[in-house]
Amino acid sequence: MSRISFTDSTSREHALDALLLQREIEAFYYLEAQLLDERRFEEWLDLLTEDISYFMPLRRNVKYGQHAEFENTRQGVDAAWFDEGKHTLAQRVAQLATGIHWAEEPLSRVRHLITNVQIGDKTDTPADSKEVEVSSHFMVYRNRVVDETDIFVGKRTDTLRFEDDHWKVAKRLILLDQSTLLAKNLTIFF
Amino acid sequence: MRESLIATDLIDGDGGTIARDIFVDEEIYKREIKQVFGRAWLLVGHESQIPKPYDYFTSRMGEESVIMTRDKTGKIHVFLNTCPHRGMKVCRYDQGNARVFTCPYHAWSFSVDGNLTTAPGGLVGVPHYKKAYRGGLDKSQWGLVPVAQLVNYKGSIWANWDKDAVDFETYLGDMKFYLDSVLDQRDGSPGGSEVIGGIQKWKVPSNWKFGAENFIGDIYHITSHRSVDMVSIGPSGAGRRDVLKGDKAAKIVIPPPAFGSIGFPNHGHGCIGALPHYEEPDYAPSFTLTPIVEEYYKEVYHRRVENLGKRARGLAPVGTIFPNCSFHGMQPRALFTWHPNGPQEMEMWKWYLVDADAPDEVKNVLRQYYLRYAGPAGLTEQDDMENWNYATAASSGARAGLYPYNYQMGQGFESDARDLENAIFTSAVTEQNQRLFYNRWAEFMDADSWDALHPKNSANHADILARCQQ
Ligand code: FES
Ligand SMILES: [Fe+2]
Repeated sequence: MSRISFTDSTSREHALDALLLQREIEAFYYLEAQLLDERRFEEWLDLLTEDISYFMPLRRNVKYGQHAEFENTRQGVDAAWFDEGKHTLAQRVAQLATGIHWAEEPLSRVRHLITNVQIGDKTDTPADSKEVEVSSHFMVYRNRVVDETDIFVGKRTDTLRFEDDHWKVAKRLILLDQSTLLAKNLTIFF
Repeated sequence: MRESLIATDLIDGDGGTIARDIFVDEEIYKREIKQVFGRAWLLVGHESQIPKPYDYFTSRMGEESVIMTRDKTGKIHVFLNTCPHRGMKVCRYDQGNARVFTCPYHAWSFSVDGNLTTAPGGLVGVPHYKKAYRGGLDKSQWGLVPVAQLVNYKGSIWANWDKDAVDFETYLGDMKFYLDSVLDQRDGSPGGSEVIGGIQKWKVPSNWKFGAENFIGDIYHITSHRSVDMVSIGPSGAGRRDVLKGDKAAKIVIPPPAFGSIGFPNHGHGCIGALPHYEEPDYAPSFTLTPIVEEYYKEVYHRRVENLGKRARGLAPVGTIFPNCSFHGMQPRALFTWHPNGPQEMEMWKWYLVDADAPDEVKNVLRQYYLRYAGPAGLTEQDDMENWNYATAASSGARAGLYPYNYQMGQGFESDARDLENAIFTSAVTEQNQRLFYNRWAEFMDADSWDALHPKNSANHADILARCQQ
C-alpha cells in the first residue's frame, strides 16, 4: 500500500493524484453496491470484465503458523464457496430473473457497506491498459421474508481494470470471515 | 407431554402419513440422538483427507465432535473429541498433523499411537502426575473414547458407537451396489476416489430428516429446480446434468424399464437409480462443453466396458444410506452428511469426489461444475434448502401439527427389485423410499437393542410385498 502524506509539500501533487484515484475507486464501489442493492443485476454484470475471476475460498481452523498454507482453500484446485467466471455469474443473474428461483423468491433485501478501501501499487500491465489492486472490507446485510437475517463480513481483494472508459472488476478474491457458513445459502453477490 | 413415546405411533398406514412432530419435537429429537445416531453407522470422512501418518480431520457423529486420525502404522482411528478430565475439546482445528493431542485446559495429553500406551488415544501425559494424583490415577482408564466399530469402505470411513451393531456390509445390504457406484472409479475398477480439498460445511434451519428423505428418492421435487434448467448449468450446456434426463433415462439400462426408486426396507436405505444391468449402455457423449474432458470420458467408457465385461453394475444419481449420509453418484459426485443441531437446525457437510487418477484438467472441470450445482452457492441446491427451511418451520404450528404429512404416493405399487436382496422397486415417481426410511427410523426409535434391528429380523420388506400381492 502506498503511504500518503498531505503535509509534505514536495509530494503534494502525487498526494492529490492519489486522493483523486481513491475517490474514483470509492465512487466505483458505491455504484457497484447501489446496483446490487437495487437489484440491477444486469447492470452490475457490466461492471465485470469478460475474463473476471470470482473466488471465495473455504476457510479452515488451523494451528498457529499454518495459516498461510492451510487456512484458505486454493483457487483452481480445492473446494470453495465460489470459484467461477462471468458465464456462471451471468447464469446466477438469469436464474434470479426467472421468478421461480425459490431461494430468492421473494427477493431478499440486501445492503452492501463497503469500507477500508486501500489502493495498492499499480500492477504491471501493458501501457494501453490500466490496472490497480484494491482491497476493501464489506459488511453485507441480508433480510428476507420475515425474520431471516444474515450478516456477512469480510474482505475483498480486487484487481480493477480501466476499460471502455470505466473501471471494471477483473479479479475478485472474497474472504468471508466464517469457516462453517452460518447462512443457509449464498444467493447474493459480494 | 406424551406419557410414553412410541415412534411407530407417529407413522400411520405403513408410512402413508407421518406426524409433523417428528421434525420439530424436542423429546423425539433427544430420543433420536440416542436411538438412531447412537446405534447407526455414520460417515466420518475419507481416507484421502488424512494421507500421512498422524494426519487428522475433525468430524462429527450426530451432535458430537470426533477426531479421525491415522497412526504411525497407517491405521485409522476415530475418537470422541472431548477430554475425559473435564470435557474440553482436545482439538479445535479442522485438520492437521499431530502425534499427540494436548488438552488446552489442564494439559492432559493423548497419543494416537498404541505403542506408548495401552491403546490408541491413551492418556500419556498428566502434569504433576506424581504430586497431584499420588499414584492414584490409572492412566489406562482415562484415554480418549474410541468408537465401538470403524470401517474403511473403499476409502470412505464409517463408525458406530454400538458394539452390537451389525458389521458395515450387513448394514448396507445390497445398497452396497449403489454406494459402490459412487466410490468406484468411473472405469469400473473398485475404489480409487479422492476428496477435493476442503469440506463445505453450513448451517441450515431445517430438520436433518428433510435432507435425508429428499435424497433417498424424492424425484417428484425436480419441478422445484426448473429455474436451473432454464439457465442450463449442465456440463454440456443444457439442463442440470448430461444423462438421465427425460426419455434418455429409459435408454440407459437394459432391459427397460429398470430405472426408478430402489429401496431397502429392512435397512432403511434407498436411491433413485437403475437396477443391476449386465452390459454397458451405448456411449453417450458427456461434458461436451470441454472437449478434453469429453475425450477423457470416452476413453474411460471403453475401459469400463472392458473392465466390467458381463458383470452386474448399478448407477444412482442420488441416494441415502440410513440415517444421515446421502450422495450424488454421478453428476455431481459427492458424499454428504446431515448433522443434527437440534430439531430445527442441521449442519450440512459435503465431500466432493473425483477419481484420484483423473488428469488435473478433468478434476478442475468437475470441480467447477460441482460448485455451480451444489452447496450453499450451488444454483440447484439453494432451492432445496429453502424448501426444507420453511417445511421445518411450519411443522411446529399448534394447528398445523394436527395434520400429518402425506407420503402415500405409489403406495401398494412396489414390486420386488429384480436381482437385489430385500429390495423393492417402483419405476415411476413414488414415495416408497421415504416410507421405508421412516419405518426404519421408527424401528430404531423403538428398539431396545440391535437384536431387534438386525436387517434379517426387520418385518418391513415382507410387509410391503405382502400388501402388493393382495
Ligand atoms: S479438561 Fe482436559 S486436562 Fe482438564
Ligand atoms: Fe433438489
